[in-house]
Amino acid sequence: MNASPPLLDVSNLTIRFGGLLAVDAVSFRADDRAITAIIGPNGAGKTTVFNCLTGFYRPSSGALALRHGGQSFALEAMPDHRIAAEARLARTFQNIRLFPQMTVLENLILAQHRTLMRASGYTILALVGLGGYARAERAAVERARFWLDRVGLLAHADDEAASLAYGDQRRLEIARAMCTDPVLLCLDEPAAGLNARETGALSALLGEIRDDHGVAILLIEHDMALVMAISDRIVVLEYGRKIADGPPSAVRADPAVIAAYLGTGDSDGMAAV
Amino acid sequence: MARPLSAPAGTLRREVSDALVFALIATALALPFIGIYTVPATAGLRLATRLPDLVAIAGLAFVGRLGLGLARGPWAAGAAVLGLAVAAIGWVGLLPSREVAVFAIAAGLVVLIRGAMRAARGSAEPGAGRRTGADALADGAARLLPYLGPVLFVVALVLPFLPFVDRRLLDLAILVLTYVMLGWGLNIVVGLAGLLDLGYVAFYAVGAYSFALLALHFDWGFWACLPLAGLFAALFGILLGFPVLRLRGDYLAIVTLGFGEMIRIVLVNWTSLTNGPNGISGIPRPSFFGLEFTREPQPGTQSFHQFFGLEFSTLHRVIFLYYLILVLALVTNFFTLRIRRLPLGRAWEALREDEIACRAIGINPTNTKLAAFAIGAMFGGFAGTFFAARQTFVSPESFTFIESAIILAIVVLGGMGSQLGVVLAALLLIGIPEWFRELQDYRMIAFGAAMVAVMIWRPRGLLAVREPTIRLGRRRRGAPS
Repeated sequence: MNASPPLLDVSNLTIRFGGLLAVDAVSFRADDRAITAIIGPNGAGKTTVFNCLTGFYRPSSGALALRHGGQSFALEAMPDHRIAAEARLARTFQNIRLFPQMTVLENLILAQHRTLMRASGYTILALVGLGGYARAERAAVERARFWLDRVGLLAHADDEAASLAYGDQRRLEIARAMCTDPVLLCLDEPAAGLNARETGALSALLGEIRDDHGVAILLIEHDMALVMAISDRIVVLEYGRKIADGPPSAVRADPAVIAAYLGTGDSDGMAAV
Repeated sequence: MARPLSAPAGTLRREVSDALVFALIATALALPFIGIYTVPATAGLRLATRLPDLVAIAGLAFVGRLGLGLARGPWAAGAAVLGLAVAAIGWVGLLPSREVAVFAIAAGLVVLIRGAMRAARGSAEPGAGRRTGADALADGAARLLPYLGPVLFVVALVLPFLPFVDRRLLDLAILVLTYVMLGWGLNIVVGLAGLLDLGYVAFYAVGAYSFALLALHFDWGFWACLPLAGLFAALFGILLGFPVLRLRGDYLAIVTLGFGEMIRIVLVNWTSLTNGPNGISGIPRPSFFGLEFTREPQPGTQSFHQFFGLEFSTLHRVIFLYYLILVLALVTNFFTLRIRRLPLGRAWEALREDEIACRAIGINPTNTKLAAFAIGAMFGGFAGTFFAARQTFVSPESFTFIESAIILAIVVLGGMGSQLGVVLAALLLIGIPEWFRELQDYRMIAFGAAMVAVMIWRPRGLLAVREPTIRLGRRRRGAPS
C-alpha cells in the first residue's frame, strides 16, 4: 500500500500570519480511496490547512502535492479556482456557502461550470445556438439529478437553496462539491449542527463516496464518534503542530492526543473524546 | 413619546395627547427653520419672523398625526373626513403661504387615503385580517404580471401609429427607451453580476464620442460606427474592470464613480480631440438602409419619402429613430435573457451570491467579472451611439454623474436583475417627470414621493421575483412568489 505515492502529500507546511505561527511544519498524507480525518482542539489550525490546500491562503513555506492520473499538481502555486477545476480538489465550508438565492439545481449546475463553459464555446457558440451545448446541459442536469437523489433533495430541486433546512443545506454543499467531479473532497465540519439521524446518514454518504465513487475524503470534524467510525487515518493537530498520525485505534490510545483533548494533570478538560 | 404608527390605535384621549406631543416637537424643530428668516437691512441682515407659517405648520403636524392615529382605529371614517378638510383648506388658499398649502394638500390626501382604506375594510376587528390592502393589490398585480411583458411589447410595437400619439409623446418614448436600454445594459453588471457600478455613463459617453469622432474625421456612417462604438466601450469596460477586480460593494462604487468622472473630465479638457465643453456637432443621422430622411436628397440618391412614395414629413425620421432604439433595446433584452441561461450568465449570478463559493467550485472570477464589465459597457456604447445620432450633437454635459445615478436608480427600483422591472422603473423615473414637466419643481416632489413609496412597499424593487434559469420539474402554477 505504501509502495504507490499518496494522493495528497503535504510536507513541512508552515503558515504565518504576521507574528502568529498558525501551522508549524506539518506533514501528512492522504491516500486514494480513503477517508483521512484532521482533528484537534479549536484553533489548532485545521481550517487554515484546508484554506492552504484549496488556495485561499498561500503557505509561508512547504509543499502540497496532489497526484492523480499520472499528473502532479503543486497546489501551493495554483490559484484557488484552478485548484478546483484542474487539480480536482473540491471543498465545503464550515459556515455553509451556497448560492442562496439560486435554486438547488442551479447550485449543482454551476459546479459543472468548467465543462459547460467549454461546451458552450465560451458562450459565443451557444449564444447563436451552435455547438452541442444543449446536450452538455442535459448531461449536467442528469449528473445533478443523480447527486440530488443521493442526498435526498430531489423533491427540492427547484427550491431556493436558502429555503432548505440546515441539514439539507449541508448535504447540498457536499452534492455541489461532488458535481465538480473531484478526486479529493475536503469537508470542513460536515456534521456540525446535524442531529444523530442526520449524522448517521452523513456517515453512510461519506462511505459511499469513498467506496462507490473512488473519491478520497479529507475531513475536519469534532464529532469523535463519526470520525472514529469512518476514518481510515487520523491526523491530530494542536497549536499548529502535528501531535499524532495513524489509524483510529492507534490515535485513540495515543497519550499526546488524550492530553490535548482532556488536558494534563488537574486542568479543565474538554469532554470531546 | 411618539409611538410607531404600526401600533394599534389607543383611546381618543391618547391619540389627541400623542398628536399634541408630536406637534410640540414639530414646532420646536420648525422654529429655527420656518419661524425665523433673515432680510437685508441697511446694515447687514435683520431677523424677521414668520409666525403665521409656524402656527400653520404646528397645526398641520397636530392634525396630520391625529388623522394618521385615528385612521387605524374605529374613527377611520372621521380621519378621512379630517384629511379631506385639511386638503380643502390648503386648496382654497386659507393658509399663509403656497408652500404650506402644498404640504397641507399632500398631508390631507395621505390621511384621507389611509382613513378611507381602513374604513372601506369595514369595522374589521384589529388583528383579525392581517392582509392589508397593499397585499391584495400586490396579489392582483402578481396574477397580471405574466401578461404585462407581452402587452408592453405589443404597445411598444404599434405606438407610433396609435391615434393619440404626437411628436412630443414619441420623443418621450424614445427617451424612455434609451433609458430602458441603458438600464438593461447596467442590469448585466449590477443586477446579474452584483458589481455596483456608479460610472456607467462613462460607457455611454465613450459610445457617443466614438461615433461623433469617427463621423467627424472619417465621415463614417451610423451603421459602420455602431459595432465599433460598442467595441470601444467594451474595451473601456475591461480597462475599468482590471483595477477594480478585487474591490466589492462600497469600494467598487467609489472607484467606478471616479472612473465616470474621469471620462467626463477628459472629454472637457482634451480640447484638441473632443472640442472640449463646446462639444461636437453635425453628427450624421442614421439612414434607413441607405435612404436618408431629408426633403431634398443629394443628387443621385433617393430619400426615404421618395422611395416609398410618401409625402415628406419630419415625423418619418422620429418614427424611424423610435424603432431603431426599440430594436436596440430588445436586442439587449434578448441577449440578457439568453445569456442568463448559459454558463456565463449563471456564473455572474453566482458571483453576486458568493464569490468565495465560486472560487471553490472552479469558476474563474477574473474572467467572469471582466466579461460582465465588457458586455455591460458594450450595450452602454450602443446606446451612446444612438444618443449621438439622435441629437446630432454631443457634449460632456450630457454625461454627468446624475445620469449614472438615474440609470442605477432604474435598475435598483425595478428590482435587481429583473428585465421587466427596468421597463417599469424607466417609465416611472423618466416618463412621469417628463410628462408632468408643466408642474415644474413640484414634479420632483412627486418623483421623491414615488421613490419613498416604492421603498416602503417594495423594498427590494418593483419586481424582485427571480426566475430560475433552469428547472428540473414542470413549472408549478400559483407557486408562492
